[in-house]
Amino acid sequence: MSENVTFKIFRGLPDGDGDPFGEMVDYTVEMDEGMVVLDVIHRIQAEHAPDLSCRWNCKAGKCGSCSAEVNGKPRLMCMTRMEEVMEETPNGEPVLVKPMQAFPLTKDLVTNTSWAYEMNKKMVPINGPEEKNWEFNQNEANRIQEFRACIECMLCVNTCHVLREHQKFDEFAGPRFFVRLAGLEMHPLDVENRIPEIKEDFGIGYCNITRCCTEVCPAGINITDNAIIPLKERVVSEYYDPISMLAKKIGLKK
Amino acid sequence: MDESYVTHEHDVVIIGAGGAGLRAAIEASKSGVSVAMICKSMLGKAHTVMAEGGAAAALGNKDPRDNWQTHFRDTMKGGKYLNDWRMAKIHAQQAPDRIRELETWGAVFDRTAKGLTNQRNFGGHTYPRLAHIGDATGLELIRTLQEKGVHMGMDVFMEFTVRKLFTSEGKISGCFAYDRNDGSLHVFKAKTIVMATGGATRCWSVCSGSWEYTGEGYALAYWAGAEIGDMEFIQFHPTGMIWPPSVKGILVTEGVRGEGGMLTNSEGKRFMFDYVPEMYKDEFADTEKEALEWVSEVVEGKLATVRRPPELLTRDVVAKAINSERDAGRASAHGGAYLDISWREPEQVKKKLPGMYHQFKELAAVDITVEKMEVGPTAHYVMGGIKVHPETQETTVPRMFAAGEAATGLHGANRLGGNSLSDLIVFGKIAGENAASKAKELGDFLTINPLQIEDAIKETLAPLKRKEGENPAKIVEDLREMMQNKVGIIRTEKLLKEALQDLDDLEVRAQNTSTGESRIYNPGWHQALEIDAMLDVSRMCALAALHREESRGGHTRDDFPVPDYKYWGKINSVITKKDVMAIEHRSYPPIDEELKKLLDFEDLHEEE
Repeated sequence: MSENVTFKIFRGLPDGDGDPFGEMVDYTVEMDEGMVVLDVIHRIQAEHAPDLSCRWNCKAGKCGSCSAEVNGKPRLMCMTRMEEVMEETPNGEPVLVKPMQAFPLTKDLVTNTSWAYEMNKKMVPINGPEEKNWEFNQNEANRIQEFRACIECMLCVNTCHVLREHQKFDEFAGPRFFVRLAGLEMHPLDVENRIPEIKEDFGIGYCNITRCCTEVCPAGINITDNAIIPLKERVVSEYYDPISMLAKKIGLKK
Repeated sequence: MDESYVTHEHDVVIIGAGGAGLRAAIEASKSGVSVAMICKSMLGKAHTVMAEGGAAAALGNKDPRDNWQTHFRDTMKGGKYLNDWRMAKIHAQQAPDRIRELETWGAVFDRTAKGLTNQRNFGGHTYPRLAHIGDATGLELIRTLQEKGVHMGMDVFMEFTVRKLFTSEGKISGCFAYDRNDGSLHVFKAKTIVMATGGATRCWSVCSGSWEYTGEGYALAYWAGAEIGDMEFIQFHPTGMIWPPSVKGILVTEGVRGEGGMLTNSEGKRFMFDYVPEMYKDEFADTEKEALEWVSEVVEGKLATVRRPPELLTRDVVAKAINSERDAGRASAHGGAYLDISWREPEQVKKKLPGMYHQFKELAAVDITVEKMEVGPTAHYVMGGIKVHPETQETTVPRMFAAGEAATGLHGANRLGGNSLSDLIVFGKIAGENAASKAKELGDFLTINPLQIEDAIKETLAPLKRKEGENPAKIVEDLREMMQNKVGIIRTEKLLKEALQDLDDLEVRAQNTSTGESRIYNPGWHQALEIDAMLDVSRMCALAALHREESRGGHTRDDFPVPDYKYWGKINSVITKKDVMAIEHRSYPPIDEELKKLLDFEDLHEEE
């Protein structure tokens, strides 16, 4: 019952300017029942191209390493079933696999996501009571546990047009880090005021709520509605609320 | 040699960036020494991220009857008394504080009604003891440590693989690594090194581990002269996915059983009632009625007054039971057992086991809120590892420390679920603390012999220069298949001897791999370099298993099917590198009299 499948995969390196330089190469292998895209990539490595570059770890949707663009859609290769891919691929056409396009290319399907690790360092750590045995209830936890489910696959960042098309990596924290900031900002015991930096340093104003990030999140986090919009609202009430503006003017509030 | 390399100097070098490595790096950085953390993957992607069920600590939040003494007793009993009791004591005593500390670093565990960290039931733990967040506790742990760690000032080297530990006059002096991204070569001079390199379950074809789990930590330490203990004890987790074939081995958390999941065979029978070992008879329900009563008490948030279901026996017992049911012709449709949680409210299942819901839905098209899962054993954890001093975590090679799955001692012959995440943070901290204080006492860096560096470079680049060799993937596949068949759950003298011979043959093939010439992110090259470690770790396991002529915990011999209390029950294997791989057997010091009173006397078989 096994059949063959052809993948057309980007193979290449950055050129002198750092732009991707390479070609799309066809590989045909046998496909078994229940395979995911990553299984096919592994089979191609084992049978045809041991040097085909691809990142992966858990193969169970928990680590967020194997992000790529399959038939143009940003996905985790380990959680994308071939059945589903074959349904959307026109008959007789190969399956297209490319690296994430928003990040600089390392080689083949691997990109350089070190921006995320630098951004992580800019997040001010949680600032809560020094005593241990923190008390807060499950309802309070529910609100932020959604954000803690982020596996840092960077598919949301890859999809966000502020970063993908406009490359505002220096001015805009991107959906992953708004999720992180929302988790801190809404933590019941965190006392840090993060709103000024969310507005100024992390550029939340650039987001115009197209919801592309939410659509691609493999962890199912409602990034736009539950993280970004509430943060935008907090920025608005901190900066543009008339009473608070007046309070600032007359020195009642910093 | 004209090949250039970059030299780095750090007081403490931590190899590995999972829970143990990160916790060690945080602690070492805190004391003001310079710290390098070398990660095989990217930061936050290490194997800890895959842990699901929880971290065991006797917080007593859920059941006030719990305390460290009971946790100590459960750990020793689960380990079939081959644990280093000193580590089991430290672990049970310190785990609660390590969990509470994580919370102040931003971890958001599920809550009790009173607003404290909630705890769930797990196999072999007398009381609900596992701090958790749904079934993604590993992610929470690693993310919390990562977020703490990036502010501690350590240097992080991502996607570097360590190939060799350097010793000078028998002491650790540094290590050699290459950068997977660009193939550049690196020498790290270090005053102390912490091995936080995780395990080796990738040596088996059905496993819950990622590509990283190729056992380099054990091999590096062994090659550098360290003692490696208890390598016959491999934990086969009873519940891995078995269908479809491409997901075979992926973990199904024990949390499913902790939340009331029932195991049944092809006849619909809850077979675990037939497999309760003598030593656990008093603690487990002997009727379905009693088991159900326990579950309903727990679901309602009451303190349990009846005995727990036999599905919550220790992992070694449950894995072997599923195996026996299959051998008796009562397997599920695809050769395992059924695991059923669908009797609970769908919303409860989705809240407590969101990852499992998602995983089965996406990968197997099974909705676990209405259908049964199919599960079977999967190689999950190595109880053995680098021998360490129980209080400092220093290995038998001076200036080398080890923590987490890389080390041995805490878990004896079988690890309890949940004791791994707590192991990482308890002993990661201790290792980091001691590696830093020792580094502070030492003066200059030791000189690394340039010939050692030259050799390391030569070995590392060799596969790139070979043409027309075999694809390393094929050799690794054959090795894993062989280990699965011959050094798996059920072992015999004949199979183990064959395995040792097969490993010699595979070693010959491994000398002739070719991988393409590129040094830039070349997975074939990376894999070719991992085979040496996989071969030696597989050898350690087969050798130790061949010598242990009894069955206990994560080691079962068909030709010696019962435990031997008199001799083997009191002795641990130790492997060292001589001209050939050498094995001897030794005991831990006698247990402290006060601690002994906490244990079940009849289990100790002292009369024998």
